[in-house]
Amino acid sequence: MALDTAKRDFKIVGTRVPRPDGIDKVTGKAAYGADITATGMLHGRILRSPHAHARIISVDTSAAEAAEGVKAIVTSADFATPDDAGIRDIRDNCLALNKVLYDGHAIAAVAATSKSAAKAAIRLIRVEYEILPHVTDVDAAMKPDAPIVQSGRAFENVPVGMSQNVHSHVEFGHGDLDAGFANADKIIERTFKTAATHQGYIEPQACMANLGADGRGELWCCTQGQYMVRENCAAILGIEASQLRVTSSEIGGGFGGKTTTFIEPVALALSRKSGKPVKIVMTREEVFRATGPTVSTSMDVKIGMTNAGRITAARAELRYQGGAFPNHTVEFGAQAAFAAYDLAAVQTLGWGVMTNRPKEVAYRAPGAPTAIYAVESVVDELCQQLDLDPLDVRLLNAARKGTLSAYGQTFNEIGLVATLEAAKNHPHYTAPLGENQGRGLSCGFWFNFGGNTCVSLNLNSDGTVGVVEGNPDIGGSRASISMMAAEELGIPYDKVRTVIADTTSLGFNDVTDGSRVTFAVGLATIEAARAAKNEMCARVAKLWGIDSDAVLWEDGCVKPAGPNAGDHAPMSIADIAAIADETGGPIAGHHEVNADGAGVSFGVHLVDTEVDPETGATTILRYTVFQDAGKAVHPDYVEGQMQGGAVQGIGWALNEEYIYGDDGLLQNASLLDYRVPVASDLPNIETVILEIPNPGHPYGVRGVGETPIVPPLAAISNAVSRAAGIRLTELPMSPPRILHAITQRRDG
Amino acid sequence: MVKVKLWGSLRQFADDQDWVDVDASNFKELLDQLSQQHPALRPQIERGVSLAVDGVIYRNAWFTQINDENEIVLMPYMVGG
Repeated sequence: MALDTAKRDFKIVGTRVPRPDGIDKVTGKAAYGADITATGMLHGRILRSPHAHARIISVDTSAAEAAEGVKAIVTSADFATPDDAGIRDIRDNCLALNKVLYDGHAIAAVAATSKSAAKAAIRLIRVEYEILPHVTDVDAAMKPDAPIVQSGRAFENVPVGMSQNVHSHVEFGHGDLDAGFANADKIIERTFKTAATHQGYIEPQACMANLGADGRGELWCCTQGQYMVRENCAAILGIEASQLRVTSSEIGGGFGGKTTTFIEPVALALSRKSGKPVKIVMTREEVFRATGPTVSTSMDVKIGMTNAGRITAARAELRYQGGAFPNHTVEFGAQAAFAAYDLAAVQTLGWGVMTNRPKEVAYRAPGAPTAIYAVESVVDELCQQLDLDPLDVRLLNAARKGTLSAYGQTFNEIGLVATLEAAKNHPHYTAPLGENQGRGLSCGFWFNFGGNTCVSLNLNSDGTVGVVEGNPDIGGSRASISMMAAEELGIPYDKVRTVIADTTSLGFNDVTDGSRVTFAVGLATIEAARAAKNEMCARVAKLWGIDSDAVLWEDGCVKPAGPNAGDHAPMSIADIAAIADETGGPIAGHHEVNADGAGVSFGVHLVDTEVDPETGATTILRYTVFQDAGKAVHPDYVEGQMQGGAVQGIGWALNEEYIYGDDGLLQNASLLDYRVPVASDLPNIETVILEIPNPGHPYGVRGVGETPIVPPLAAISNAVSRAAGIRLTELPMSPPRILHAITQRRDG
Repeated sequence: MVKVKLWGSLRQFADDQDWVDVDASNFKELLDQLSQQHPALRPQIERGVSLAVDGVIYRNAWFTQINDENEIVLMPYMVGG
């Protein structure tokens, strides 16, 4: 669907209307996953592995079954065998099949009449293990003699002879690398490591399931995609999708981490076995140990540059571990690594690796932040060593329309140069810095996509409008969808209410991910509104006894198209709605689409830091985000996405990490020991929105949710490295790590 | 006949070619022809691929029209978070 050709003066889109969920959330009225209850409900609890890697010899549930209040116990034997290999992995992650693959891997679950009874019964389950050697580090897991996490999982693209933990390999690029590096005046090659980090959503996973022995059921859960939950659960439980209705609750954050299922199939299996509704709410410890963090990585980057700042060749090799199951994240890191650059010679290799860690789940722009961290760090170091302005170098090498991207396609209109120029012209870039302070910047990139989307727009008898869409609202989509409906219909924003459908109320919708919802659901909403407008025009034309092309839609009314159409008073939506019964019945618009044309997205982050040379502690002094958002439907939410990405990136860069001991057990499964940034750690995150219209959307909307987490890692690392006077190559840059680097520099 | 660009690690499954010629007028025909001409590409195609046509990325859009004037690039199946 293309950008509207007629110039449009937006009346509602682009304003900062009140958010529809605000009062509910601040008063506690909003119903999250754990708020759902049912009469006769049981409480579910999951037994998890205390070992990093072990074969399950036996599971004896007899004592637990006999315990007071226990109504059902399930293991993997209660699950079916899905046809889809990806869903089989999800099933085996929900309840281990014959091996536990990481500390915290689920083994069995109990449903009991109280939380305490369920907790006590879990302790009565006897599991006999054969302890196996484990591996949690990506480089160690790639060694030929590494403990094997799973056998036979490598894709056909992995060369023979590698460790069986290596499950995938990709390569992208073009040009003559040898010639490119030969033309360089300066070449820098560095190795980087980044720790796994968690999405850190406030709300732990929670669900309530009610599944009868006849295979008909209901499920309420916090998720980024109720349709995905239905597909996964139906396959894992061996029931038909039509028989399971899934309703998404209000969601307390997802960031990609709720794009899969963990507890929902377990709760359904317990409910089916007990004949009662079953509720499961994860603890924070379970969230850390058993839901998906992002990948941890090891990366080599080599870049050649002329004395004038032109990059002559670039190469990266990425090694991503994503836990105990195959995943595709390295493919996106490898494609994104050099996307911001116009390069004659570039190559990126990627290796996907299994370790004894939790199954990786997407985290905003999966795979891109780490790869771009490594690339942008080397570019910054080249700028330092060649005494070049880092923004000028980015501009000199920037991808633009016509650039052959490092991952293969030729770019259309993209906003990178405009974003870089906005950063260069911003007062932040030339503000003075003090002692022990440094300024860093980084470009960021994400693909964005549209995907499967259904919208139903219904005209009510009083002239108000209901929009039904199928994507949980994790970033303000109800507001932006209502705004686009109101804009298109020419009615006030508060005359539209958007609600999220359960899985029986609309056709399939893809998960809320990929920065897709404001783009794709907005597009479908506009089309649904246009369908409703066409219907209203047709009815009014019939009422007036003229052809439908003799009327037009203007300012929320149907009017005669010209003097020849007759002298008729304009009819508003309310006028038309009031006589809908008499003119043909209910008026609605629908649109169903697999949307394309989302358009890639670029951003630039600029950050000032101060490093305390005595403690290694970093203070973020100033932070500015520049991003091409296309048309910003609700600027508050767009700024919120940009600020949120920056804040999560600050945590990733400075403090957050999964820490495993030599025993393969996670050592910091709590928010006391896994340090996310809090408000007192942060300056105001300034934002600059560039509105370069996306040609693939009628209003020019572009996805904004993922790109903002891509640049912070490199921008902060570059700032810290300049402030500390030594290049940092490992994340997080926690105080001990920075202090160690400063000490090494001082000691020569 | 359209020319399709493969990403680097797929070359080994297409006689070491970066570009392959395919007789196709839409995304579905392209996938079918690629699988037929280069059976070793089938596992990747079955796992999922995206298609960039003149810079616009498509997922699962079988009826997307293509012709010999388009730049057609095969990409991994796009996901997000």
